[in-house]
Amino acid sequence: MKKDAIGDSLSRVDGRLKVTGGAKYSGEFKITGLTYGVLVPATITNGTITSIDTKAAERAPGVLKVITYLNATKVPGYQPDESKPASKGLKLFNDNKIHFNQQPIALVIADTFERATYAASLIKATYQKEPFKTNFHQNIDNSMVPQGGNYKDYIRGEADAYKNAPVKIEQAYLLPSEIHNPMELHVTTAFWNTDGKLTVFTKSQGVISSQKAFANAFKIEQSTVQINSRFVGGAFGSSLRTWPHEIAAAQAAKMLNRPVKLTLTREQMFTLVGYRPQTIQKMGIGATPDGQLVGITHESLSQSAVYEEFTERSVNVSRFLYASPNANTRYKVVPLHVGVPAPMRGPGEATGAFALECALDELAYALNMDPIALRLKNYADADPEKNLPWSSKYLKECYQKGADKIGWEKRSSKPGTNREGDWLVGYGIGCGAFGAYRNKAQAYIKLLADGSVNIKSATSDIGPGTGTSMVLIAADILKISAEKITFDLGDSSLPEAPTQGGSATVSSVGSAVHDVCIALKKKLNTLTGKPENNEDLDYAKILKQQNLPFIELTQGSEGTDEAKNYSMYSFSAHFVQVHVHALTGAWRIKKVVAVVDAGKIVNNKTASSQMIGGAVGGIGMAMTEEAIIDDRFGRLVNGNLADYHVPVNADIPQIEAIFINKPDMHTNPLGTKGIGEISLIGVAPAIANAVYNATGKRIRELPITPDKLI
Amino acid sequence: MPPDSDGVPNKTRRDFLKKSSFLTAAAFVPVTVVNAAVNQWDEKLASVFEKTSLHLEVNGLALNLSVEPRTTLLDLLREQLNLTGTKKGCDRGQCGACTVHADGMRINSCLSLAVTNEGKKITTIEGLSKGQELHPMQEAFIKHDGFQCGYCTPGQIMSAVALIKEGHAGSEMEIREYMSGNICRCGAYPNIVNAIQEVKTGGLS
Repeated sequence: MKKDAIGDSLSRVDGRLKVTGGAKYSGEFKITGLTYGVLVPATITNGTITSIDTKAAERAPGVLKVITYLNATKVPGYQPDESKPASKGLKLFNDNKIHFNQQPIALVIADTFERATYAASLIKATYQKEPFKTNFHQNIDNSMVPQGGNYKDYIRGEADAYKNAPVKIEQAYLLPSEIHNPMELHVTTAFWNTDGKLTVFTKSQGVISSQKAFANAFKIEQSTVQINSRFVGGAFGSSLRTWPHEIAAAQAAKMLNRPVKLTLTREQMFTLVGYRPQTIQKMGIGATPDGQLVGITHESLSQSAVYEEFTERSVNVSRFLYASPNANTRYKVVPLHVGVPAPMRGPGEATGAFALECALDELAYALNMDPIALRLKNYADADPEKNLPWSSKYLKECYQKGADKIGWEKRSSKPGTNREGDWLVGYGIGCGAFGAYRNKAQAYIKLLADGSVNIKSATSDIGPGTGTSMVLIAADILKISAEKITFDLGDSSLPEAPTQGGSATVSSVGSAVHDVCIALKKKLNTLTGKPENNEDLDYAKILKQQNLPFIELTQGSEGTDEAKNYSMYSFSAHFVQVHVHALTGAWRIKKVVAVVDAGKIVNNKTASSQMIGGAVGGIGMAMTEEAIIDDRFGRLVNGNLADYHVPVNADIPQIEAIFINKPDMHTNPLGTKGIGEISLIGVAPAIANAVYNATGKRIRELPITPDKLI
Repeated sequence: MPPDSDGVPNKTRRDFLKKSSFLTAAAFVPVTVVNAAVNQWDEKLASVFEKTSLHLEVNGLALNLSVEPRTTLLDLLREQLNLTGTKKGCDRGQCGACTVHADGMRINSCLSLAVTNEGKKITTIEGLSKGQELHPMQEAFIKHDGFQCGYCTPGQIMSAVALIKEGHAGSEMEIREYMSGNICRCGAYPNIVNAIQEVKTGGLS
């Protein structure tokens, strides 16, 4: 009877839909009377619109409406009132202010995509230009402590103690802006029903948070907004929030009283839906000659936007990853005339780990010590930041398994000395950590007469295989085959679930599925007068005996106070073997081994894919990705997939994912800790360290393009 | 070009059409045609004449269509024929999500104007399986988990099927090279390569 269980390798439950083209993403629903919206970008970087000529566009065939700040009906939630000042952030078509290049100044709606696109090209605007700041490095003097209040400088022991250490490293590490670039363009289709209800198909990592955002914008009841986002074509953080253009689609639909589909172009995806911000990190790290850490100082300056502040936790990793008696961190933002950043996979932690893990590698060479030995020497047996025990930590095992698999013994401790023909060979390690979070979630279950089960929760699947994992969890607990279980998500009318982010979906929603399955079994045992924990259940038979067509129930689930007694993290150790061509600087990533302590693994198959995907993201971060602004105009020059290089198939070797797979019973009933972020955190420094090992060239500014290696 | 100019030429073809219709109206037939211009009937008329006939066979179905010359094959499939399995990822031929077969060859349908495919046989992801029976490449993608979010998947699969036919699946390196026009941001590349190799060696055919 029991066929599938947690820890198995189950193919995706929506795999057939995805390989046949049957999976419908947000822009793919046939809706009667659908119209097409195209955004028109500003051509200045700071200032005000002085005039917009929309006449030609309005006269073009098929055009139904041209929306600008001059004629847009006001979005109620954008307006300040007595109770509160105007909220921060970009408000499209609300005023004539331009904060960044390519900020939308108009939305053209037409009956076909082609007509809307052509008409959009006819809009002419004049501007009052103001001076602007887009050059990050020239503006670091304008850096400021975040205003938002959720960041404070951190000091443990003595600040800047590394300075007095016998062996020390003091270096700066630079990261360019990196764009999420999910393959699906951000698209929103919105329409208003005659009863005033708003229906939205949109690319969303959290249908409930989207529902709240639309309700707040239009000042309507949350229950009158229906969000649909069953299939999401990747996001990596770009759909964590509801963007101004999504609100604009609903605003346009209201003005026109027709459904509007607004699809961003790939170029617009580079400025309107966030990115990993450009960052300078200054590291100071010192140790005794035998490799005992004396102090770590981690300072970060991070790009933000003038119209909205963005912060992330890039410095936090240096507080707890190693047992240093002294540690201090500083974090500042540099507001520029650019679109606002957004969390991108492994958000600040990936940025921070790049600096910390590279600095540690530099320290290892300065000490003439093996980088793994240095990490073991300073292994944190408890969390030095929170002064709490770890809920679980198997990072030592990660080091061991990774070293074995990559062939660490073949690593030369002298950089530039390991050669295969024209290629220099190097090995590197990079580690990371990401909090194991659990949020409140609900799940609904319905047991049907044939013994099949349907479970629902308003969670999302941006790619990890949420539905597949949930089915496996239910199969494990109900002890029925996965084929008898369906799972519905991506619909705001379902029981509330958190946004898919922070690697917390399985821990949060999976726990709710776990709990609702247990509740169902209890209910059936009560009905049949069996002991509560009876496991011998023939579901169809019980319903028949009880003369019930079905049984349904909803269960909420959340963490306990026990969480406060532990510090909870997933940990990773990434190992890379790289080849660098001695003459041309061309590189080949030859092998990646990702070893992860992420608690219990629910579905080995999809979890491995997620690890591989994170490594590919890390390869992009380390080697190819860089958004470039021409500071004369303040405009991005490589806003397309030909000039902004994401890794392609030829760049990627076979990647091995290894799970420690030991449950952490402090995190949640499943023992999971999350893998979405940890799969990327630590990859980039592992590569940079491998490149140094191969060539003797320490590249502290990503991406490591061949020109930097010759 | 100054940064505050949007680069749109002042005289568009549309403007020319409008002006010529207005001049014609003024010179020959007064009221009705002037009204036509005012009410933009000329635009509506023009838009009919701007369409051209197109004969395509899509997934085995012969279609007689009327399309604007500027409509891409991709937008025709997605927006007019409701074949949304073919994806738009960039609209510039840079990502491969829109890959379909035109007379058996893989093409980026976003770079192909629909009218240039007159008389061709187009196969999209929806036409790859035989009824309920999946194509071996589709089976292999499921088995090897050659996707996550699934958005690039139809393009990857169409590319992979053509790749084997082209004789470009001889080795792992060759597969990687010849699949590099299809971007997968979730990073399923190694699994995609494994799926293709299995089909190539006949494991799933």
